[in-house]
Amino acid sequence: MSARAALLIDFGSTYTKLRAVDLEGRKLLGTGQGPSTVTSDITIGMQAALGDLEERLGQLPDFRYRLASSSAAGGLKMVTVGLVKELTAEAARFAALGAGARLVDTFAYELSRRDVASIIGHEPDIILLAGGTDGGNSEVILHNAEKLSASDITCPIIVAGNRSAADEVEDILRAAGKDVRLTDNVMPSLGTLDIEPARAAIRTVFIERIIHAKGLDQAHDFFDALLMPTPAAVLEAAKLLSDGPHGHGGLGPLLVVDIGGATTDVYSVADGEPTEGRILQHGLPEPFAKRTVEGDLGMRHNAGEIIEAAGKDTVAVLADAQVPEMAALLKQISADVERLPKSKKERAFDAALAQSAVRIAVKRHAGTVEIVHTVNGPVAAQRGKDLSPVATVIGTGGALVYGRKPSSILSGCLYSEDEPNSLRPRDPALLVDANYMLYAAGLLAEAEPDAAFDFARLSLEPVSAMSEKEGENELRLTSG
Amino acid sequence: MTDTHEMPKYTLVTGVIGSDTHIVGNRILSMALEDAGYHIVALGALTPSEDFVKAALETAADAIMVSSLYGQGELDCKGFRDMCVEAGLQDILLYVGGNLVVGKQDWDSVETRFLDMGFDRAFPPGTRTNEVVEILARDFKERAGDADTGKQ
Repeated sequence: MSARAALLIDFGSTYTKLRAVDLEGRKLLGTGQGPSTVTSDITIGMQAALGDLEERLGQLPDFRYRLASSSAAGGLKMVTVGLVKELTAEAARFAALGAGARLVDTFAYELSRRDVASIIGHEPDIILLAGGTDGGNSEVILHNAEKLSASDITCPIIVAGNRSAADEVEDILRAAGKDVRLTDNVMPSLGTLDIEPARAAIRTVFIERIIHAKGLDQAHDFFDALLMPTPAAVLEAAKLLSDGPHGHGGLGPLLVVDIGGATTDVYSVADGEPTEGRILQHGLPEPFAKRTVEGDLGMRHNAGEIIEAAGKDTVAVLADAQVPEMAALLKQISADVERLPKSKKERAFDAALAQSAVRIAVKRHAGTVEIVHTVNGPVAAQRGKDLSPVATVIGTGGALVYGRKPSSILSGCLYSEDEPNSLRPRDPALLVDANYMLYAAGLLAEAEPDAAFDFARLSLEPVSAMSEKEGENELRLTSG
Repeated sequence: MTDTHEMPKYTLVTGVIGSDTHIVGNRILSMALEDAGYHIVALGALTPSEDFVKAALETAADAIMVSSLYGQGELDCKGFRDMCVEAGLQDILLYVGGNLVVGKQDWDSVETRFLDMGFDRAFPPGTRTNEVVEILARDFKERAGDADTGKQ
């Protein structure tokens, strides 16, 4: 075979996953999977996955690219610090999430001694320090820089706050021997987001340092570059699918929902502006490519919290089970988070959990509209993104690909008469990333945008087609 | 301001408070103030009182200019100064103006009520923009002369 093949690697928290693709023929050559062995020796899982792939292909081709993403070893752990919770602290949060980070904590206002202790306790990989618009408040970011400089923190600190204070903040941290990276303010003026420079800075640190810090460099013989955290690769794929390669022929505004074992992630690529003229937009504008992570909605690690958030009775109806029966099912998976459903009951329960997680996660991600009564009559005020016109929703994650009822699960994202204020998609095409190709397409997006777009597109199957396979496959959780 | 290399440019937060959609006067005032050399952070119509305070905190504003034209200003502005104090903006200059109350009430008593609430100045309907610009310049000058401690 020619060197027109690419190997895309995902070092996940549960599995090491491989996708081998033929760039010219636009074909998925094969997949491979091994355990995630990042805590011991990453090469073991990688060897196993390659062995699996080789077995399926007969022989491994020469790879032109071998690109990797990672969510292993706890993901890219980040802490963000801003000034006002709803303003620069929120902008910093958007930047970190958009960079694919696992946000372990967020802080606003002045850091206290206790806050700093808690940051150290989290052992973040990166701290993103924001605060103040350009020319705005500088006291707080200077105070926070002093606090961080006086601490034992050793991880890189990316400074993305008030430009007028940036030099001083950098000096304070550098004088204390901290690894400081200066970038543009995440909120240069009030209500304006500029998170791309911070995202790029996070990615640079990821490439330079995280590979080593997480022990992934042991496997450096197996890949050419570890490009980004896996969620960032999924966001790249979502952007590519929406825009099309070179900005043409994309699917337009879209939503991606990733149902995992520990979290449910939602990505939207859409401006989300009000769809009707008479609606006023309120609150902070949101990123065009936005990612949210629901840490309380995971199919295994937080199944109990999904039930709590959705309501016992609601989940019971969806699972076609009695409440006591459901409690037993829950106990079973809580005791064994790697459990795969075996019976029909268990599969129905998993589908109910997944559908509920999708509904709640998309509801939190989407904007809301509220009627405000003024002397001039009622006025509609929108907060966040209006996703009602979004025409494409893509689901990913084991519960959808291998589970039962993918169409019911994904329909959880739809606009509902019961929650008319939630601006969720009204009539989208519901698709599933059947071959788990989004991360792979995201990794290839920069080097081979045309091929990457085709691979992502080819992996998308309408839920109606998937439904025929209902119950045939065992549920496998692809992310944890 | 911490900037020592350039002339301090005052930052003003403007907006229409509460469930009030009357934006035109506020926009004209914002434009006049911008022409007068101020840096304007315009929050627009339907702005909750806490959003004024948050914006002022993040931008290190020197004054907040609250407009209210639908007669419910008194209710909307209750506790405004307290909120500023709470956010550490105890020294911020607060102006309010517009149709602040319902019906024909004696302006002096209206003004007194708003000053008692902690506003530094209250302006009746029909105030010209140049009047506001002049008074604001005077107030800033006075404050600058008052004490060099002032803002940090």
